[in-house]
Amino acid sequence: MLHIVNKSPFQTSTLETCLRIAQPGNALLLIEDGVYAATVGSAAEAALRQACSALKVYVLQPDLEARGMTAKLLDGVTPVDYGGFVDLTVQYHSSHSWL
Amino acid sequence: MSEQQAATGTGPKVKKFMFVNRKAPYGTIYALESLEVVLIAATFDQDVSLVFIDDGVYELVKGQQTKGIGVKNFSPSYRALDGYDVEKLYVDRLSLEQRGLSEKDLLVAVELLDAQQMGQLMAQQDVVLSF
Repeated sequence: MLHIVNKSPFQTSTLETCLRIAQPGNALLLIEDGVYAATVGSAAEAALRQACSALKVYVLQPDLEARGMTAKLLDGVTPVDYGGFVDLTVQYHSSHSWL
Repeated sequence: MSEQQAATGTGPKVKKFMFVNRKAPYGTIYALESLEVVLIAATFDQDVSLVFIDDGVYELVKGQQTKGIGVKNFSPSYRALDGYDVEKLYVDRLSLEQRGLSEKDLLVAVELLDAQQMGQLMAQQDVVLSF
């Protein structure tokens, strides 16, 4: 399944809970303020790096660009555009947009 | 697609719906809205599960008294869910423990799950709705 997180890891515990519950082989897509979790030097970096070993981790490139964080994207996180977002929702049986 | 094949059968496919509740009951409208949608799904005879994670576990705490805040106390509705054949209620064990709560503080019988069990159950669903 595909987990979608749109909140900054500094604002809510959503990402933390998602990472605790997501199962190996699941995918994680970070969008909107969620993209801050996938940047070098953030307090969430270690958790994200660990997540990358069990999950496929994606970030929505336009949201990263809008926030000026493109150069800080963590290795191992795959950028996707809006078409790629749609492809992911088709590729996985179900999606969970965490609120 | 298997779902399309099923749709050509004798009746509509029953889908597995999971409602993920992660908000406390009265600070926002999410908890009440979730309950409304759960009842709709149950009316359409779908396979419904409710899970309570993070502050969502506060929705199930016994003894809620809302007269003083002028808002309807909807917590008794959770006890009425089995009348709609909604009997799968799951609580994230860590979320409960982090809040100093245990099963005896809850107003309805639930099954406690660890993170792995919760993740596996979530991955088995056809539809996951977050509140």
